[in-house]
Amino acid sequence: MHIMEGYLPVVHALGWSVASAPFVALGFRSIKRQAEERPELKMVLGVSAAFTFVLSALKLPSVTGSCSHPTGAGLGAILFGPLVMAPIGAIVLLFQALLLAHGGLTTLGANVFSMAVVGPLVACGIFKLAQGLRAPGWLAILAAAFLGDLATYITTSFQLALAFPAVHGGLWASFLKFAGIFAFTQIPLALSEGFLTVIVFNLLARHNAHAFQGMGLIREVPE
Amino acid sequence: MKQRWNLLMLLAVILLVAVPLRIIRRPQPGPDGRAAEIFTGTDDQAKDAISEVAPGYRPWAHSLIKPPSGEVESLLFALQAAIGAGFMGYYFGSRRPWKA
Repeated sequence: MHIMEGYLPVVHALGWSVASAPFVALGFRSIKRQAEERPELKMVLGVSAAFTFVLSALKLPSVTGSCSHPTGAGLGAILFGPLVMAPIGAIVLLFQALLLAHGGLTTLGANVFSMAVVGPLVACGIFKLAQGLRAPGWLAILAAAFLGDLATYITTSFQLALAFPAVHGGLWASFLKFAGIFAFTQIPLALSEGFLTVIVFNLLARHNAHAFQGMGLIREVPE
Repeated sequence: MKQRWNLLMLLAVILLVAVPLRIIRRPQPGPDGRAAEIFTGTDDQAKDAISEVAPGYRPWAHSLIKPPSGEVESLLFALQAAIGAGFMGYYFGSRRPWKA
């Protein structure tokens, strides 16, 4: 989902930066507020950020014969709401843009928007929806992380299609081309991310059972 | 009981990563005799696709620092994963849930 440095026209690069900026700003506010309200969960927020660090560094092989990486943005979004992941994702992407030549400063806004805004929003929405439908906890988390990851790559495909519509077939043809590269490769990886998110959530829930119950994340405290 | 589920899910992740490595076969070398590449990154494939859709497009910015080789790049990726995994390990280790 990293759009490479310089690979978005100036207007698009600026537009996505403007679109991402308020989410990052609101995200910093949300982190500050939640750290004050629930100081005992500051370390859990740290684990969510660390999870994104790990997962976005792992380029995994997929059944399509290509490699791609998960994002790890679903966990924090499920635990603390979608906004907190915007600045955390931005920091990860900045690290990769500056040191790894992976992504870029001109495309940072677009990459933040797909990985740290849309992905977390979808993950959080799916989690709430699944909870509303009284799905089992593990399924709600799996579906949230899985679909959040896929949504990120669909967003990247859309961003590229918008910037580079095909001469024949326009935006839609171009979208299918980019989605064809990203989406199928991502399906097994998103599933891996889903499983890993459930595992880390379970481990966190064991240490923070009462807090998680108070936040409506789990129904009952396990013995 | 929950612990067993966690192990099963971890096993599923390992299979999801390992199975493609087994089933994907390298295609025959092309007419130029060079071996075909497999398991390339989708980010780079998207970059190539841009050149197909918009052949005239030239990137207008370039990365300030480029890792000088694939080895250095993998060092930095490993560093990123190690920082994250180190923090998670510290957190779970310091909680010590299973004290008898």
